[in-house]
Amino acid sequence: MKLSVDPIACRGHGLCADLLPELVRLDEWGYPVLARGPVPPELAAEARRAANACPALALRLRKE
Amino acid sequence: MSILPPHRLDLAGHRRRNGVVPWVAYHDDAGRDRLVEAVESAGLRGRGGGGFPTAVKLRAARSRRSIVVANGCEGDPLSGKDAALLTVAPHLVLDGLQLAAHAIGAAETVLCVHAGSPVLPSVTAALAERDDRVPVRIAEIPRRYVASEESALVHYLTSGDARPLGKEPRPAERGVRGRPTLVDNVETLAQLASVVLLGPHHYRASRTDLVTVTGAVRHPGVVELPSGPSLAAVLTAAGGETEPVQAVLVGGYGGSWTADLRLGLSAIPAVYALPASACGLEYTAKVLAFLAAESARQCGPCMFGLPAVAADFAELVRGGPSANRLAHRLPLLTGRGACAHPDGAARLAASALRTFTADVATHQAGGRCRVLEGVA
Repeated sequence: MKLSVDPIACRGHGLCADLLPELVRLDEWGYPVLARGPVPPELAAEARRAANACPALALRLRKE
Repeated sequence: MSILPPHRLDLAGHRRRNGVVPWVAYHDDAGRDRLVEAVESAGLRGRGGGGFPTAVKLRAARSRRSIVVANGCEGDPLSGKDAALLTVAPHLVLDGLQLAAHAIGAAETVLCVHAGSPVLPSVTAALAERDDRVPVRIAEIPRRYVASEESALVHYLTSGDARPLGKEPRPAERGVRGRPTLVDNVETLAQLASVVLLGPHHYRASRTDLVTVTGAVRHPGVVELPSGPSLAAVLTAAGGETEPVQAVLVGGYGGSWTADLRLGLSAIPAVYALPASACGLEYTAKVLAFLAAESARQCGPCMFGLPAVAADFAELVRGGPSANRLAHRLPLLTGRGACAHPDGAARLAASALRTFTADVATHQAGGRCRVLEGVA
């Protein structure tokens, strides 16, 4: 599984960094910076939750 | 054969100089395959700056309902080669456009230029002389820097909104109005026509690049020289230096500074030669301010990052302590926008800090470097 952000849809709400701090941090303007590489299996459920919670539906979780 | 003639050629002049496309050799499906194979064996790569193999793009967009978009917008203020081509060799571009349309089975082509562009009379006159199988429509694109980015052109031609769409889906998959779309720079199309008119072997042996040269050279403008020239050869072709050149900006506003003139170029549309008497940081600060103002204001890193980096650079030039902040911020711009606009600005800024290290130190120490008056 791999996380991605649709940069046009993203409005910098920052929920993703709250729900998935292991893989998402925010830049100084509040926009997400994702950790490189695939989502570790133990974080898959949390990553799914973060993607579903994004108010702009900009955070995506895809099978590689 | 050079692709840029010394003066404008009408259709008869173009045919006398370059010959006629041998359509009969490519007329059926096997012919289309031969055409793409010729492009492949000629080693043609995109001339818009990306340098992607043209044959791969042709294969990806092959479909019976596809569209070809010729990008003649040339939004970079340092580049003028596409305008030069459309002004003096419009029929070579149009031959290439028809060949590309034939290769991918397109029934529709669009030639994009900026609204009110000075090339419009030449292009309109050339189209009136031709009787092409695939109709060519001219689209006038808003005059914004990122409006001619590939996905922005597709977006504009579909919806009238000239902002980039993002990296997926690729235009070859789903482009204008959802149709498979080939987007090629107009020089690429002129080169494609040359491949066919000369034959791939002759083309490979004699191929040339167009480079727009500005700055401290005797004859600023578009030069044509054998493919893959060194920076030094490019400056010589533009008449040589008017005063010592301390560094060259390679690739336009989203390009990189270098002080190494032995460096070879491939698929680089524009170079700017910075005279020893000018300050590279000051020039870069002005370009960054332009790039920040020209963002499509869609993505966070562009909306907030670009103005922040431009302000950091302005502060650096004034003597402020922003160099550390820049080292932190620049990596955050790369790869995070819908298009490569923030990446280009970050590349420019990072290369300026690398190339003008001594000037960074002088500005930080005293507020001004050895240059007294801005020339940018």
